[in-house]
Amino acid sequence: MATIIAGVGSSHVPAIGAALDNGKTEEPYWKRVFSGFEKSKEWMAKTKPDVAIVVYNDHASAFSVDMIPTFALGCAAEFPPADEGWGPRPVPVIKGHPELAAHIAQSVILDEFDLTIVNKMEVDHGLTVPLNLLFGQPRHAWPCPVIPLAVNVVMFPPPTGHRCYMLGKAIRKAVESYPRDLRVVIFGTGGLSHQISGPRAGLINSKWDKAFLDNLSKNPKKLTRIPHVEYMREAGAEGIEMVMWLIMRGALDNNVEEVYRFYTVPASNTAVGHIILENRSRAGRRRSAASKGKQAPRRKTNHRLAA
Amino acid sequence: MVRRPQEYDDIPGTFVFDAERSRQGYGINMFCMSLMKEENRRAFKTNEAEYLKRFQLTDEQRDAILKRDYNRMLELGGNIYFTAKLGATDGHSFQHLAAVMTGSSQQDYAAMMLAGGRSVEGNRSRSGKDKHARGRGKGKSQAKSKSTAKRK
Repeated sequence: MATIIAGVGSSHVPAIGAALDNGKTEEPYWKRVFSGFEKSKEWMAKTKPDVAIVVYNDHASAFSVDMIPTFALGCAAEFPPADEGWGPRPVPVIKGHPELAAHIAQSVILDEFDLTIVNKMEVDHGLTVPLNLLFGQPRHAWPCPVIPLAVNVVMFPPPTGHRCYMLGKAIRKAVESYPRDLRVVIFGTGGLSHQISGPRAGLINSKWDKAFLDNLSKNPKKLTRIPHVEYMREAGAEGIEMVMWLIMRGALDNNVEEVYRFYTVPASNTAVGHIILENRSRAGRRRSAASKGKQAPRRKTNHRLAA
Repeated sequence: MVRRPQEYDDIPGTFVFDAERSRQGYGINMFCMSLMKEENRRAFKTNEAEYLKRFQLTDEQRDAILKRDYNRMLELGGNIYFTAKLGATDGHSFQHLAAVMTGSSQQDYAAMMLAGGRSVEGNRSRSGKDKHARGRGKGKSQAKSKSTAKRK
C-alpha cells in the first residue's frame, strides 16, 4: 500500500528560480531566503520519498485563458519546464508517475472531484521552484517522480479552501488504495501574502501569514472556513494561492508533527513561507511495522530539526 | 459592460480577475500570451496598432495597451500574469511594472518591499466597513502569531 508520509508547504516565487539560475544564491538578499531551506534539503535527503505530488498553479504558461481547469492532474510520463519568456529554466525534465496518477484520477473522480486529466503539459516556476528549494539543483534528474496537480488560482473564483481540503482527503484515500508500496510526499505551494497587481501591489501581511501557518499545523479546519474575500483583503489579491496549501494539509493526518518552519519577507514582492508536516504514523509504515520501538528515536530526530 | 457589484470591489487598489473580467479581457490576455513567441514580439514592436488588429479588443482596451496603462488593462479584464508579458516585451522588470501600477518610483517601491512591504493597515477596505468583521476573525490569530515572528 502506498502512504503519504509528509506534507511540505512552500512559496514558489519566480525570482527565487531566477536567483538560482543566475548564481545569486550567495548575495545577502538571497542568502536570507535560501538559508531557510538548508534544513529542509537535509530533511528531504533523509526522507527520500518515492513520489512527490506537487500542488501548484500555472502562471499563464501551460494554460492561457483558452482553458481554465480548476484542478488539472498531470498524468504524463514527463513534464518539460516551460519557457516563461526567458527560455525554459535550466532544470531537469520532470518525470511523472503515470500509473499512480491514473489511479488517483480514477479514485478521486469517483469520489466526486471532477478533475481534468492532462497528458501533455509544461510546468512553470510554480512547480520547479519548490522542487529546487527541497531537492536542490540536480543536474540530470530529480531524485523522484513528480505528479503535478495544477489548481486554478488565477481566475476568480478558485476552488474554496474547504473544497481543496476535501480533495486532499480524497487524494490520500486514492494513494492508500494503490497496491504498490510507495512513500509519497505532497507539496502545497504558492503564497504567502502578496499582491502583485494594481495600486495596492506590494501588500504583505506577516501577522496573517503566521496565523495561517499556526492553524495549518494545529487547526486546519479553521482555515477551511476562510472566505476568498478574506484571503484577498488580508493576504493580497494573489495571496489567494494559499488555498492550495489546504490540499496538502487535507492529505495528512488530523494531528501532524510540525518538524520545520521558515518565514521571511520579502522575496521580490512576496512573503516566503515554508513548513514541513509529518504524519505521525510514517515511521511505522515505512519500516513495515517491524517494531513500534523504532518509531520513537526517529521522532526525536525530527524534533531536533524543528528546534 | 456594466459590472455587477461584488463584495471584493470594496478592497482598495485591487481589480479582481473574476469570470466577468476574464470574459471581457479575453482579447487582452490572448494578445499578451502571443508575446511568448519571439516572432510575435517583433511584429508587435514593429507596428503596435497593426499587430493589435489580430485580436478582439475594444477601443478602450486597445488604448490602454498602447498607452501601457497597466491598471486600466486590469480593470478592463487583463490579468497580471498576462500583462506582465507585455512589460517583459518592453524590457521592463516586474518591479518596474509594480512601481508603475502603484504610482511610485521603482526605487521607492523596492525600498518599501525591503522594509516589509505595504501594510494592510488602512488598505483593507474602501468603505471601512471591514473593521468589525476583522475584529471577529483576526483578533485571536494576531495574538497567537507573535511567537513565530522570525523576520530577518
